[in-house]
Amino acid sequence: MPIDSSHSNLFADVLDQPYRVNIGEFEGPLDLLLHLIKKSEVDIYNIPIAAITKQYLEYIEILKELNLDIAGEFLVMAATLLQIKSRMLLPAQSEDEESEVEDPRAELVRRLLEYQRYREASGELSTRNLMGRDVFARKFECSEVAELETKEEPTDVELFDLIEAFRNVLARVAVETFHDVVTDGISIADRIGEVLSMLHAAKTLKFDDLFAGPMSRDMLVVTFLSLLELCKLHLIKVVQGESLGMIWLTSTATEEDLETDFSGFDAAPEGSVVG
Amino acid sequence: MPRRRVPLSVKPLKCIVESLLFVHDHPLSLDRLALILEEHERADIRIALEDLLEDWGSGERGIMLSQVAGGYQFRTRPEYGDYIRRLTKTKGVKFSQSALETLAIVAYRQPVTRAEIEYLRGVDSGGVLKSLLEKKLLRILGKKDVPGKPLIYGTSKEFLELFDLKDLSALPTLKEIQELAPPDPFADQPELPLAAEETSSATEEV
Repeated sequence: MPIDSSHSNLFADVLDQPYRVNIGEFEGPLDLLLHLIKKSEVDIYNIPIAAITKQYLEYIEILKELNLDIAGEFLVMAATLLQIKSRMLLPAQSEDEESEVEDPRAELVRRLLEYQRYREASGELSTRNLMGRDVFARKFECSEVAELETKEEPTDVELFDLIEAFRNVLARVAVETFHDVVTDGISIADRIGEVLSMLHAAKTLKFDDLFAGPMSRDMLVVTFLSLLELCKLHLIKVVQGESLGMIWLTSTATEEDLETDFSGFDAAPEGSVVG
Repeated sequence: MPRRRVPLSVKPLKCIVESLLFVHDHPLSLDRLALILEEHERADIRIALEDLLEDWGSGERGIMLSQVAGGYQFRTRPEYGDYIRRLTKTKGVKFSQSALETLAIVAYRQPVTRAEIEYLRGVDSGGVLKSLLEKKLLRILGKKDVPGKPLIYGTSKEFLELFDLKDLSALPTLKEIQELAPPDPFADQPELPLAAEETSSATEEV
């Protein structure tokens, strides 16, 4: 009979290598029961409760002898098994195991099956492509970079920041560079178009890029005013990565916007400042 | 690989999205990308992502674009894990059986209370729950409106990231798991070979 043989096997296992046995091998009483059921090759729906209970209690005894701490749950399960066993011995209970009456083992079987189901699921989980074991992703290790990274979305730029940036640009232009009174003759409207197409090509520009190259003070002013106009029209977006950081311009203009005639702006009061 | 023709305006967007995905150390969702690239249409960003998935879908690369935790992330292919571990000199995460069991129960049964987890596992699960919460794999969803107001637990975004899951629906369905179980009263299908394997491995142990 398989139960008896496995029972003696269990005993032999444990006695041969006592230190290999520890309660940690089993996650709990359900785990131990499943192990015993599998080992005895019995049908989980028809557990020979007396035999399994005997094995279970023997196991607990051995663990006790080995001075291993036995979690309370194991003892609770022992009591449950004994209770089921005694209920099965009650004369009211039909001897027939296929009985229509609710089997005293039913709840235990349900729990065991349910537990087994989640054990399977946990096995599935551990075979997935685990991040950091099977698959890897990029990770910022440099703390400085990580620090930058914690800065959330780039902040929108206040008008004051823009003017401050423009002041810096103006400061770079030496006073003597505009000894000549010849004007560039560029209107805000034209400059808007230029800035827009520059941005459209580059997608993102630094504020300073707009003012790069030799430019007259007038040209700088016209460029800056175009920038303000574009902001007002929501054709560009001006953002700053961090406080006092670089100011970035991005185009939100569509192809259609590029075709737009901006000549109206020269009639605007800003236009008259330059004109 | 045949390259799909994309409108001129979408082409650089694809590269922008690619660069964002490359740099970020967590999956980036379409929502987040749309927020960052607010000058672009959401639909265009979606097309760019689909193109990228196609581009990186080829098996000839060491890197793949994974759809994970509701976002997109560049990850190395699992077949090269060995080499990466040589580089990083790590063994990678190793979970105890109790942690895996608890994760599985919470993943499938959420929202779930500690008492429910303990009933299913048959053991005290306070310690493992605490450590899974600390590792941010689980999170507290709230309190159950029953006497005692027990906390209810669910899995986190990090859980999805770690287990390479696109979302919770990507978990193997419980039906599949039922099939793995020995004779199931609800399913009248032939026994799966997997069940047989299990028994044989169990006997080997003896």
